Amino acid sequence: MLSLLTRQAAAAVRVLILLTLVLGVAYPLAVWGVSRIPGLHHRAEGSVLTVDGRPAGSSLIGIDPVPADPAADPFFHTRPSATAEDPLGIGPADPSVSGGSNKGGFSETLLGAVEQRRALIAAREGVDAARVPADAVTASASGLDPNISPAYAALQVPRVARVTGLSEADVARLVAQHTDGRPLGFLGEPGVNVPELNLAVHAAASMMRP
Amino acid sequence: MSPTVAGLVQVSALLLVLVAVYVPFGNYLAHVYTSDKHWRVERALYRLVRVDPGTEQRWTVYAAGVLGFSFLSIVLLYLLQRLQPLLPFDFGRAAVEPSVAFNTAISFVTNTNWQSYVPETTLGHSVQMAGLTVQNFVSAAVGMAVAVALVRGFARSGTDRLGNFWVDLVRGTVRVLLPISFAAAILLVGLGAVMSLRAGVDVTGVDGRQSTLALAPAASQEVIKMLGTNGGGIFNANSGHPFENPNGASNLLEYLLVLVIPVSLTRAFGVMVGNPRQGHVLAAVMGVIWGSLLSVAWWAETHPNGTATLAAGAALEGKEVRLGIPSSVLFGMATTGTSTGGVDSMHDSYTGLGGGVLLLNMLLGEVTPGGVGTGLYNILVLAVIAVFLAGLMVGRTPEYLGKKLGRVQITAAAIAILAMPAVVLLGAGAALAQPGELDAALNNDGPHGLSEVLYAYASTANNNGSAFAGLTVTSDFFQSTLGLAMLFGRFVPILAVLALAGSLAAQKRVEPGVGSLPTHGPMFGVLVGGTVVLVAALTFFPALALGPIAEALK
Repeated sequence: MLSLLTRQAAAAVRVLILLTLVLGVAYPLAVWGVSRIPGLHHRAEGSVLTVDGRPAGSSLIGIDPVPADPAADPFFHTRPSATAEDPLGIGPADPSVSGGSNKGGFSETLLGAVEQRRALIAAREGVDAARVPADAVTASASGLDPNISPAYAALQVPRVARVTGLSEADVARLVAQHTDGRPLGFLGEPGVNVPELNLAVHAAASMMRP
Repeated sequence: MSPTVAGLVQVSALLLVLVAVYVPFGNYLAHVYTSDKHWRVERALYRLVRVDPGTEQRWTVYAAGVLGFSFLSIVLLYLLQRLQPLLPFDFGRAAVEPSVAFNTAISFVTNTNWQSYVPETTLGHSVQMAGLTVQNFVSAAVGMAVAVALVRGFARSGTDRLGNFWVDLVRGTVRVLLPISFAAAILLVGLGAVMSLRAGVDVTGVDGRQSTLALAPAASQEVIKMLGTNGGGIFNANSGHPFENPNGASNLLEYLLVLVIPVSLTRAFGVMVGNPRQGHVLAAVMGVIWGSLLSVAWWAETHPNGTATLAAGAALEGKEVRLGIPSSVLFGMATTGTSTGGVDSMHDSYTGLGGGVLLLNMLLGEVTPGGVGTGLYNILVLAVIAVFLAGLMVGRTPEYLGKKLGRVQITAAAIAILAMPAVVLLGAGAALAQPGELDAALNNDGPHGLSEVLYAYASTANNNGSAFAGLTVTSDFFQSTLGLAMLFGRFVPILAVLALAGSLAAQKRVEPGVGSLPTHGPMFGVLVGGTVVLVAALTFFPALALGPIAEALK
């Protein structure tokens, strides 16, 4: 019995070492190697957006921008994030970690947060609290959701237009350009890509200024 | 298109793909484990590790191989984590704490992938690739090997040999898991998943603020995490993280990878025992239970009752906008039904009923359709119990696939079935008896808090690995008891199943007589399905009533 176990264990050591080299070194490095080819490389390294050649974010990572002057806020805002320092989750997420709040539907803490977020957003956009959509007052799974619902984007258009000096029609057109539909027409849900949209709005606003 | 219609189209697409691959892929799996020919690369591997692929093993030797290999895997994975600072790509991350390393080593070797650490800040790329990715492959291949050994027990007659564990392990890896993973990983990068050896990228946002986006070799691990029904994310948010699961298309790809092997293995089983209809009936049982639970969970998530959820307007807490509710529920149902701990939305924030269904999906014993290999051997054990119950009702000797089910077989099957509930109820009971531990650990109170504890032990004992992640499990009490739950939940059933396989293979096949119960028709499907539901309901109803059911009825 003991010799049986020893023999199997000796084989196990050799198999494990060999498979570690094949599956733990060769396989990931092969996938990494293929992902260097043009077309894949950009995505493999995080779909980084650049402005004048400098990395300015990622199409896939939503980090809420902070306006210099809250009274003149030119940005589209992402959803609340459980990784933000602010207990309400409003403000920039921490993209070196990720995660959700894990609060249940009957949580008093979550109920309080939802109500406060709704009031804050309604005040920021100058709209009735009932118009603030669900995704705007709930934290995502990752805390880094790059998308917001088309309804939440539409809610922010008038303010962004007013602060940037662009026309509402121009801003709405940029929103439409950065709205991702469902892949293949039926997978997932449509969403507006906030990191891309903010850069586009910023670029359009800079072009208008002399 | 409304979300509901789009979701229904998505379910149809899922069914279409599974139906299309079921026969060819199931036949291929059967061929992999029955063919006499070795691939040239496999022969080279056997020479290097000095294993004779021609030698078949008794069940005891086969079991010694499984246990020896798994135990050494735990040791190696533990050491890799403890020695992290000596490895390349560690990015200055420290040696992993002993209790976390212990829990994580067991977790990945047992195909559970329960995670009590934040990957982005705890693990460097070397431990991820050489440690975790390897176990993602081989723990899945071990599961398939054990299932195939059980099928051989039914298929063979009058022998004490079940096959060669090393050959089954290598073939499952080389012929099934590796090629699919490689192709799917490239596809996933094409859809936007990251595959980087850098620690992160520094960016300056539109507001001038600087931040660092964590990067990782995600795609190569993500695909085997799903295909091998493992579930451990390379990022903390798992498949909720846009770098792991960038859009609705990658979401579909990922849960298809989860389902394809467990579903197709029922076909491989049917082919190997000489009658594919024997496998079809098991697939139908899995599908009907899964579909029923899916509709309940979907309804629950679109009809929330929580005060906070109603105040928000929809159950979007813990869900991503690009995925939305139907895609998230589909993903959650696929992963909890297959012992895959992957999540694309936070199950802790699901409605009482929706989260309860995900919990129940695990408590059924991971048979809808279950993990790679584990799903097949679990449902075969339940089929054995079903035949036995039917035999008791009409008073004849139970037999399944030409094998008589006597005291030895029923004892082995009963041990395999009862190990998981015993671990779940004893573990959760022990935790609930420790008020000090609970105060520190719970993220929600009332029935939802009970659900968090129950979910943790259900997830670990079933080697699932997903979590009601609000529960803080970093105390020594939780690290050790959850670690033991994973060990017992994995290896007690494996030993019982291999013993069962050995005793079945030794029997001579008996031809079915007029009194034999046909085991390939709808009648038998109802019997097996009834057994699945009955075992879970009798065992877990009291616990579920105090947790998710109480919350759903609030």
